[in-house]
Amino acid sequence: MRQIVWLLFCREWRLAWRRPGDLLNPLVFFAIVVSLFPLAVGPEPGMLRTMAPGVIWVAALLATLLSLDGMFRSDHEDGSLEQWVLSPHPLSLMVLVKVLHHWLVCGLAMVILAPLFGLMLALPVSVLPVLCLSLLLGTPVLSLLGAVGAALTVGLKGGGVLLALLILPLYIPVLILGTGAIEASLQGMPVAGYALWLGCLAVLSLSLAPVAIAAGLRIGVSE
Amino acid sequence: MKSLPIEIHKLTCERDQRELFSDLSFSLQGGQVLQVAGPNGSGKTSLLRILAGLLPAVGGDVRYGDASVFAGGGREQWRHSRLFIGHAPAVKANLTAEENLSWLCALSEPVDRQRISDALGQVGLRGFEDVPCHTLSAGQQRRVALARLYLEAHPVWILDEPFTAVDKAGVAALEKHVLDHAEQGGTVILTTHHSLDHIDGLRRLDLGQVA
Amino acid sequence: MNWSFFHKLGSPKWFFDISGRWLPWFTGAGVLLLLAGSVWGLFFAPQDYQQGNSFRIIYIHVPAAFVAQSCYIMLAVAGIVGLVWRMKLAHVALKCAAPIGAWMTFVALVTGAIWGKPTWGTYWVWDARLTSMLILLFLYFGIIALGQAISNRETSAKATAVLAIVGVVNIPIIKYSVDWWNTLHQPATFKITEKPAMPVEMWLPLLLMVLGFYALFTVSLLMRMRVEILRRENRTRWAREALEKML
Repeated sequence: MRQIVWLLFCREWRLAWRRPGDLLNPLVFFAIVVSLFPLAVGPEPGMLRTMAPGVIWVAALLATLLSLDGMFRSDHEDGSLEQWVLSPHPLSLMVLVKVLHHWLVCGLAMVILAPLFGLMLALPVSVLPVLCLSLLLGTPVLSLLGAVGAALTVGLKGGGVLLALLILPLYIPVLILGTGAIEASLQGMPVAGYALWLGCLAVLSLSLAPVAIAAGLRIGVSE
Repeated sequence: MKSLPIEIHKLTCERDQRELFSDLSFSLQGGQVLQVAGPNGSGKTSLLRILAGLLPAVGGDVRYGDASVFAGGGREQWRHSRLFIGHAPAVKANLTAEENLSWLCALSEPVDRQRISDALGQVGLRGFEDVPCHTLSAGQQRRVALARLYLEAHPVWILDEPFTAVDKAGVAALEKHVLDHAEQGGTVILTTHHSLDHIDGLRRLDLGQVA
Repeated sequence: MNWSFFHKLGSPKWFFDISGRWLPWFTGAGVLLLLAGSVWGLFFAPQDYQQGNSFRIIYIHVPAAFVAQSCYIMLAVAGIVGLVWRMKLAHVALKCAAPIGAWMTFVALVTGAIWGKPTWGTYWVWDARLTSMLILLFLYFGIIALGQAISNRETSAKATAVLAIVGVVNIPIIKYSVDWWNTLHQPATFKITEKPAMPVEMWLPLLLMVLGFYALFTVSLLMRMRVEILRRENRTRWAREALEKML
């Protein structure tokens, strides 16, 4: 069991690094969306500071969604997914590894980049750790929930818009809690409550989402 | 590697409200090769996918030994007993032949480098271990997938058009491998447009006539 | 336990027969309840001491919101039944109920907005309940869109079932987080639904309207399901006979 997890992780890692462009694209998208806002509403620091939590979180949401679209598609097209479904190993464990890998190359990278954009949007330095913490706890939920949508739309041509339609409403609690934490920190209030709730959501999705993803993929390969 | 008897009982398959076949019954003993034939759209691939466990059947049952392969312990046993290679060969273009095979085999049981290298030699790809698969031709990619037949110890093989894009010499070698497998007591179920009439004891199932 | 009734329930013909017998009763009950409720609510119930006559829109708004929410839960239940017991009737119910639920949500949103004008002076306020309804509408859109995007009927039914279950797990979380968000961003102003105890003359017609809306929902669901079943079973003899009888 441990061996298959490790082998799968290596496989995903190799596949990702052989096309480094695909790794970079969501991050560049994240950067561009964040940069659009000062251009659209003006560079006044006070306004930017008010908007920063929302802007960064919405950009993270969209970037995650964009990168998830192709998550299972190539595996579905070349028949790999069939072999996963047929394997005696539990499918939900395998998809969990795949999603965690996705989070490492997409979500974690955004967590690392976020302070930079926080500074550009005039957030005070004291708030940046909270920004990172909220993203650190929230982005796994984004990856896991998004993967459910990616699994359900796996056999569909041009499933990108559909994926957004299915999954964005489900992202709302993470968005509210994530931005809430940063805003609380901006006002000098405690953030532990938000962090704990985000942690709860992460644990909940970590335990339930793989089952739904596996069910979605089984349905997808029977098409 | 001896295969248990496979019993197909009143299997029915529908795709998009169209009945492809109904009440299909037959049985296979270990050591038999079954060619599923029929015109396009007669349900060859669907039958193979139902047998593999990818597609749910509308009705009927498939038993391997004594247990149904659709539920419970029988399904677990079936997962360890059958090897399915579908239309799409499950070869990732960005991985090398060796990486592909090592992962595909690990899905049932991991194998070492030496054996993979030997198997690639068997399908005529010696020296291609470290070549990314997108540089290989379609026939060569198919051969990479078929190298699994030399690596994995499953008694039942389910092969959907295994010879697509493979040249004559390759087909001959694979046919021989299929026969060897049957001789050792394994079961092979395959679809192909190649004529396999020269094989002794070949069983044919014509889906066009059932429907 | 005897499960034969459960398997009978899965048979389209049985459902078609029994629903045909139920339909007139539900229709009659629905018409009576809605008529009585609306006449009572609109003409005889007393005015609200704060909002005057404008409060009377709750007789549409609240029942629609009730039905919209319970319909989503029904979708998930149908999804579970369809996935676990492979009952095709449950898939039919899921497919047929989703658009009705979406319409009910839409009605609740529109009446909420119309109500907002005299109450808040604007058509849209990011009130917790209205926002939750808006998200519910998006969830319905997701289910309908997924169902239509997948061409294979079986696959489409199973995928929407999974989505409905995932959605229903999320709904309490969404609801709770939206409430929280609302208390953070808006000082507690006038809440349209948490009113000081309503007098009996006000809430009794509301109860009639809620029951009437449920009857209306049942009638439209049964009718849609009957049509869908006839469409699916059009190869069988009983379906053709039933169709001829109708025409």
